[in-house]
Amino acid sequence: MSTTGINWFKYSSPQALYPLAGRMIPWFAAFALGLIGVGLYVGFFVAPTDVTQGDAYRIIFVHVPAAWMSMFLYVIMAIWAGLGLGLNARPSFMMAQAIAPTGAMFTFLALFTGSMWGKPTWGAWWVWDARLTSELILLFQYIGIILLRSSIDDLRRADRASAVLALVGVINVPIIYFSVRWWNTLHQGASVSITAAPTMAGTMVTAMLVMMFGFWMYSIAVTLARMRCVIVERERQPSWGKQASMPDVVEAR
Amino acid sequence: MSQPSMSEALRGVVRRDLLLAMRHRSDVAMSVFFVVIVASLFPLGVGPEPAVLRVIASGVLWVTALLACLLSLGRLFTADYLDGVLEQTLLIPQPLAVLVVGKVFSHWVISGLPVVLLSPLLGLQFGLSGDSLWVLTLSLLLGTPTLSMIGAVGAALTLGLRGSGLLVALLVLPLFIPVLIFGAGAVTNSLAGIGSEANLSLLGACFLFSFAFAPWATAVALRIALE
Amino acid sequence: MQWGSLAEFFAMGGYGLYVWPSFGVTALCMGGEVLAVWRRHAAAAGSRDES
Repeated sequence: MSTTGINWFKYSSPQALYPLAGRMIPWFAAFALGLIGVGLYVGFFVAPTDVTQGDAYRIIFVHVPAAWMSMFLYVIMAIWAGLGLGLNARPSFMMAQAIAPTGAMFTFLALFTGSMWGKPTWGAWWVWDARLTSELILLFQYIGIILLRSSIDDLRRADRASAVLALVGVINVPIIYFSVRWWNTLHQGASVSITAAPTMAGTMVTAMLVMMFGFWMYSIAVTLARMRCVIVERERQPSWGKQASMPDVVEAR
Repeated sequence: MSQPSMSEALRGVVRRDLLLAMRHRSDVAMSVFFVVIVASLFPLGVGPEPAVLRVIASGVLWVTALLACLLSLGRLFTADYLDGVLEQTLLIPQPLAVLVVGKVFSHWVISGLPVVLLSPLLGLQFGLSGDSLWVLTLSLLLGTPTLSMIGAVGAALTLGLRGSGLLVALLVLPLFIPVLIFGAGAVTNSLAGIGSEANLSLLGACFLFSFAFAPWATAVALRIALE
Repeated sequence: MQWGSLAEFFAMGGYGLYVWPSFGVTALCMGGEVLAVWRRHAAAAGSRDES
C-alpha cells in the first residue's frame, strides 16, 4: 500500500466518486456565486462607459465568458472522452457525458449574447464572421454528441461512440475556425470586421476575467452535480452489470 | 497458403464492392439523377437570371454534391452489416483501416465519381465557362472522395441505429464544412479571376489529412458498433 | 457609482433593450440548468430508493 501521495485509484469507482463530488459541489457553487457577484458589481458599477460603444459593450461580461467556457468545456470533454477510450474507464465517460449539456448551453448563450451585442454595434442581428460562425458550428457539434448518445441504447456503445465523435470534433474545431476565417477573407466585401473590440480599460478586463472564473466554477459545480445523477441512473441500468447495491452511497451525502 | 498482402486484401474489397454495385446499377444512376434534379431546383427557386446563377453556381453545385454524398452514406456499411459480412470483415487479419479505404474507394466510384464527371455539364447550366468549369471539376475530384472518407466515420458511428439517416447528417455536416469552403471557394476565386491554387492546395491537404486519419477512426467506430 | 439614477441604470445609455435581455437570458439559462439538474437528481435518487 503506497503511503506517498494520494491513492487516486481509490476514486476510480462510481461509489467513491459520488460522495466525493457531493462534498466538492458546495465549494464550487460558493466560489461561483462569489465571483459572479463581484464580476457583476465591477462590471456595472466600476467599469466606465465605453467611448465608442456606449453601455452596450457591457454585454461582453457574459458573452466572452460564455464563449470561452463553450470552447474550454469542449476540449475538457474531449480529454475525458480520450481518457475513457484509452483507459477504458467508466468515470471518464461519465464526466464527458456530464459536461456536454453545460457546454451546449454556454455555446447557445455565446451566440445569443453575441447577437444582442451585434445589433446595436454593427447593425445586424447576425454576421457571418469567423468567430460567430465557428461558434454556431460548435453548437452543432455539441448537439450531435448529445443526440448520438441518446440514440444508442447500449451504454457501452453509447459511451465509446460519443467519445470518438467528441475526439473527431475537437480536431475539427481549429480546422473550422481556420477555414471560416479563410472564407471571410475570400468575401471581404460582405464581411464586417468585428475583431475591433473596444480598447478595454483595466476595470473592464478585470470584470470580464472575474466573470470568466465565476462561470468556470459554476461549470465545475453543475458538471459534478450532473455526474452524480449519471452515477445513480447508471446504477439502475443492467448494461454494465449490477454493482453491489450502494444504499450507503446515497445516504452518505 | 501464404497470407494475402494488404494490397491484395484492398483489391479484393474493391473488386467485391464494385461487382456488387454492377448488379445494382441503379445506385450509380440515383446519385447522378439526384444531383441533376437538385441542381435544377435552384434556378427554379431563385430565378433564371444568368448573372445571379453564375454567382451562386459554386455554392449550389458544391452543396448538391455534398448532399448526394451524405445521402449515399447509408449504403456504405448497411448492406454488409445486415447480412453479417461486416462482422466477418472485422475478423480478417489485414488492418481494418485498409479495408475501410477499399470500401470508401468503391463507394466513391459508384456515387462520387459520376457526379465529378457530370459537373462540367451542370456548370454550363449555371453559366460557368472555361477555366471555372475545369476548377469545378478538379475541386469535386479532390473533394468528393474526401467527403466520402469523412462521411464513413459518421456512417460507422451510427451503424444500425434508428433514424440514422438524419443523425449521420447532423454528425457529419460540421466535418464537411471546411471541404465545402475550400472547394466552393476555389470556383468562386476562379470566377473572380483570382487564382484558385491556394484553395485547391487546401483541398488537397484536406484529402490527405482525411485519408491519413479517417480510415483509422472509422475502423475504431466499426469495432465499437459491432462489439 | 456612475449612474445618476435608477432610471439611468436601467436605460444603459439607450442600450437597455440589448443589455438586460442578455443578462436575463444568461441568468435564466444558468438558473434553469441548476434547477434541471436538481430535479434530475431528485428523480434518480428517489426512484432508486424504491427499487
